[in-house]
Amino acid sequence: MSEIVRRDPRTEWIARNRLHPEHEAVLAQLNGGAAVAQWMGPNGIIRRNPHAVGFIGPNGIRRIDRSGAQTAHASGSARREAAAVPSRRPVRIDTPAFIVAVMADMPGGRLSAHDRDVLGLARQLADEGGQGAVLLVSFCESREDALGEAGVDRVVNFAGESFEGYAPEQRLTALGGIERQHEPRYWLFPDSPLGGAELGRRLAARLGERPATQVWQIADGQCTGRGAAGTTDVTRKLPRIVLALPECAEPVSETVHAAAPIDPPAALPQPLRRVEDLGAVAVDPAGVALAEAEFILSAGNGIRDWDGFHQAARVLGATEGASRVAVDNGFMPRHRQVGATGTWVTARVYLAVGISGAIQHLQGIQQCDKVIAINTDPGCDMVKRADLSVIADSSEVLAALVEMVEGVRKEQRNAA
Amino acid sequence: MQRDGNGNAATEPSLKVAALVSVGRHPVTGRARRAEYDARAVEIGLSLAKGGDLSLVHAGASSPETEAALRGYLGMGPGAVDVLQQPEGSDVVPALESWLRAAGPRVVLCGARGETGEGSGLVPFILAERLGWSLVSGLAEIESVDRDTMTVLQALPRGQRRRLKVRLPAVVTVDAAAQPARQSAFGPAQRGELHRVASEVVPDAAAREWTVAPARKRPKRLKIVKAASARDRFKAAAAKAEGSGGQVLTGVSAQQGAEAILKLLREEGVLR
Ligand SMILES: Cc1cc2nc3c(=O)[nH]c(=O)nc-3n(C[C@H](O)[C@H](O)[C@H](O)COP(=O)(O)OP(=O)(O)OC[C@H]3O[C@@H](n4cnc5c(N)ncnc54)[C@H](O)[C@@H]3O)c2cc1C
Repeated sequence: MSEIVRRDPRTEWIARNRLHPEHEAVLAQLNGGAAVAQWMGPNGIIRRNPHAVGFIGPNGIRRIDRSGAQTAHASGSARREAAAVPSRRPVRIDTPAFIVAVMADMPGGRLSAHDRDVLGLARQLADEGGQGAVLLVSFCESREDALGEAGVDRVVNFAGESFEGYAPEQRLTALGGIERQHEPRYWLFPDSPLGGAELGRRLAARLGERPATQVWQIADGQCTGRGAAGTTDVTRKLPRIVLALPECAEPVSETVHAAAPIDPPAALPQPLRRVEDLGAVAVDPAGVALAEAEFILSAGNGIRDWDGFHQAARVLGATEGASRVAVDNGFMPRHRQVGATGTWVTARVYLAVGISGAIQHLQGIQQCDKVIAINTDPGCDMVKRADLSVIADSSEVLAALVEMVEGVRKEQRNAA
Repeated sequence: MQRDGNGNAATEPSLKVAALVSVGRHPVTGRARRAEYDARAVEIGLSLAKGGDLSLVHAGASSPETEAALRGYLGMGPGAVDVLQQPEGSDVVPALESWLRAAGPRVVLCGARGETGEGSGLVPFILAERLGWSLVSGLAEIESVDRDTMTVLQALPRGQRRRLKVRLPAVVTVDAAAQPARQSAFGPAQRGELHRVASEVVPDAAAREWTVAPARKRPKRLKIVKAASARDRFKAAAAKAEGSGGQVLTGVSAQQGAEAILKLLREEGVLR
């Protein structure tokens, strides 16, 4: 639609003049055919017509919807477009007074909920002390497209083979480089096993600083963290290095920041490699507890071919889950049940086959990142929840999936 | 994962192993006991140094209560524990550091964090940094030990394991992923010896300024709905969780559907 506003002074004048014979018709035309509830009168006073407000509901009762959804067209299309743009306030910090550095775990290249909380805490510290900037340090290819919405002003990404896998020594030298180049006022880490918890403690030991660990609250320059296996609260002056628990602060929700990428410090010293990563060890996915499985293939009442399902789980390397109906019918053991009365799962990918998505089931998969549904019914609740749905017969799709994965594996074996 | 790998682990007879043990606290009764993770570390030490050279060391104040707790470790098999005498409120790292320098173990096993005091889990990191030894956290199992290196399995989140080759000497921390500790037997616990060792004392000045209180319950996070109008707020509170409009493939063949699923699985990197 054209952005240019074309004015017609004559119709505007008629619209203001309540006594003009064409007044009603012009108003209705300006309003796209509907009766108008308010307009500007000749003396600049807003005039209202209460009879035109709202609409007649199904029972013949007048209903008034004040959300603006019904009457939005009254104010013209330009205003409607303005309402559609996101309401987050953009913030740019060009010359920061100081830096708050955050090392995020970013499992799978995305910010975890814990990371967002820590970034929220960083934002709080950066804004309290004046114009501070939050610097995100990450060690993996970011697949997060909304870093700015998490409150990140600058991003340093250390990519490269030497930082992949378990490389704490390399990562530590990288953090050391950041420390020298930017001299952050604070270092924040998520206190998560094998992620921030380890690197944060290593950095603290290297810099000879005493960090505050398991911190869950920061207020007035004091921080409170859990001590003694979570049975005490230790309150102390806020140190430079903080390892924070989940929900230590609210994630950023009102502003959107620049998230400008900056170059990592050049010429990092080569650390002595004392620990070498020999790669992941194949674990039996069936032995992994459902609550902590990363990839779950879940079966519901829509499965006919159970051998095919088990084979698919084996080939895909997925942990098996089930809906209550599949369990009640005796096809799956009770400890595989997902949902309100079963296990609350945290999988990154949840593949639901023939599950309708009852609320009791959806509760159990609230924390899953990506949900894929295979179902014959395009209108079911699981399809509404899913990020990708395939409307087809479950056994055929699973068979095709197995065939494809096995084909690729064979090719790789032949190539090797 | 079966534990029979330890039988054929190429352990040299003279492998010196040390375990740092602390006094734990029972989460319900609050009584002093052996610390859970430290006991697991001792368990790994026992299987590593089969009948060999495992020494236990504890740094702290001694009282009848702590001694009873330390005897909990002796009941697992080791004959003695060195108790570095430290008054309440002192920094135990210098004492442990000089003890480790003198003893020169190849592998130092520690629990991931203590159950009393600050419980920050920093001691292994500071010791490894000062001694210049390797450090591995979250150990699940030690597979084999050679002269200069050892191969270990590290526990990752979500039940995964990673194999690492670690240069010795090394400090490793042990948490819930490792094999549970055996029970403590009363007889060996009473027969075992507590060697009191005088050691340098460095007061922990920083910790004096802290206030320590029983843990408060953390406020539960509220679901905050930022909506301009009451109607939107009501909808957010009452409506079922609706996905953000995922992709729906209708009328496709099974192959096309499988391809789309495979593509997403690859992107997420869950397919190995
Ligand atoms: C107190 C209470 C607690 C409960 N707790 C739980 C719980 O913890 N976990 C849980 O899962 N349930 C729970 N339930 C049950 C829940 O309400 C549902 O009944 C159940 O989840 C439905 O399971 P389903 O989706 O497998 O079966 P159905 O609802 O029968 O759905 C089958 C789906 O498969 C599809 N389908 C059919 N044939 C095919 C095919 N050939 N190919 C592909 N798709 C096909 C259908 O379109 C349908 O969507 C609970 C219920 C109550 C009352």
